[in-house]
Amino acid sequence: MSVLDFDYMLGLVPILLSYLPLTLEMAAAGMVLALALACGLAVIRVLKIPGLNAATMLFISFFRGTPLLVQLFLFYYGLPQLLHFLTQINGITATIMGLTLHFSAYMAESIRAAIVGVDRSQTEAALSIGMTNGQLMRRIVLPQATRVAVPTLMNYFIDMIKATSLAFTLGVTELMGATQKEAAGSFLYFEAFVTVAVIYWIVVELLAWGQRRLEARLNKAYSR
Amino acid sequence: MIQIANLTKRFAGTAVLDGIDLDIEQGEIIVVIGPSGTGKSTLLRCLNFLEHPDAGQLTLGDLQVDVTRASRRDILAARRRTAFVFQNYALFANKTALENIAEGLIIVNRWPKDKAHARAREILERIGLADKADAYPASLSGGQQQRVGIGRAMAAQAEVILFDEPTSSLDPEWVEEVLGLMKQLAAERQTMLVVTHEMGFAQDVADRVVFMEGGRIVEQGPPAQLFQSPQDPRTRDFLRKVLAAQPAPQTL
Repeated sequence: MSVLDFDYMLGLVPILLSYLPLTLEMAAAGMVLALALACGLAVIRVLKIPGLNAATMLFISFFRGTPLLVQLFLFYYGLPQLLHFLTQINGITATIMGLTLHFSAYMAESIRAAIVGVDRSQTEAALSIGMTNGQLMRRIVLPQATRVAVPTLMNYFIDMIKATSLAFTLGVTELMGATQKEAAGSFLYFEAFVTVAVIYWIVVELLAWGQRRLEARLNKAYSR
Repeated sequence: MIQIANLTKRFAGTAVLDGIDLDIEQGEIIVVIGPSGTGKSTLLRCLNFLEHPDAGQLTLGDLQVDVTRASRRDILAARRRTAFVFQNYALFANKTALENIAEGLIIVNRWPKDKAHARAREILERIGLADKADAYPASLSGGQQQRVGIGRAMAAQAEVILFDEPTSSLDPEWVEEVLGLMKQLAAERQTMLVVTHEMGFAQDVADRVVFMEGGRIVEQGPPAQLFQSPQDPRTRDFLRKVLAAQPAPQTL
């Protein structure tokens, strides 16, 4: 008898892959929403808008300071107790919400750092030729900040894809949840989890490859 | 024509500019000299509103501004009438040499892109960098970057170009090419207000040399007069120290 049941694993691949779209959809939705929220939070932090700045710092502190799993349980099991309309919330929505809030806290800080990191003298140069603050942000600061922020933001996206696996604790049958069910039926736990690990790994590697190409393009202006 | 009257700037209660009065004729080249920390750079930065002056009146061509009542529009208008050349070049790192020069024309003056690029190419020709149009700042030498910085200022077609120690952060080998370009502009009677420690440049190119100390203009005059027979003891003291440190202008 062989150590691994390869036929079982090969048969499992198409079954598991049919759940990959849901995993990727949750990650993509979470990423888009988190990015939008993080940009807003970063601008509040950069401009130090009174009141909102303190609130933003508290938000970031909480969502960075507590585990994602705790946050997901809070949204899915905890909050509906207080806010009854949330009893309608399904596991997928709760997961996207949790991913959005959790990762936006991290992403806001890296976007803020990227904006602040753009050489101050370029800002002065832009003002000196009569640009407005908006023009200066759009034409000079944000394009350069993007280049600095992209590698970290891509890392958060990769993290987020893996974090969608927590959705199975909210009863969502995504990639991880499907694997769990298949394994429970066949008792071939080792084979099932090796298979799903390899699927996650390949997806992440494909993204990392895309990330390297994107970075090479963004860095074109800066190579000597 | 530029008139500066009673220009005052305080940092934390200390007057860095203590009532500066200075008139600049069109086509005049003025060099400002003086010890470090006497407000020379602040003077330039206030004219461009990179620092907001606390008091004074400015006349920049057809624009008159009482700085205490300057609106956002006045500030933008003042910036369009003054172009700035920075000590550390401050080129836009995400733009090519051509785009650095064309950027203001496109965004601020709202020129069509083709027209702005054509003008930028003419300017690149004049600053001797036609072959570097598509180079990014990171791939240019210090001297080339500063020439693009000057090209960006030329594109603005301002009443005056303000030079804030344009050669101070350059390696010695690049100083000549930047000074050469400035001399070329001076020969074309581009109005210039230059803060520099290059006494040779002041001697050869300036119509008028202004000596500043403690936020005030102590003495001013044609270079021959100011360098050869300075009237104020502070001017004499400064020139003695500076000329001991660098080769004296030939005529001294």
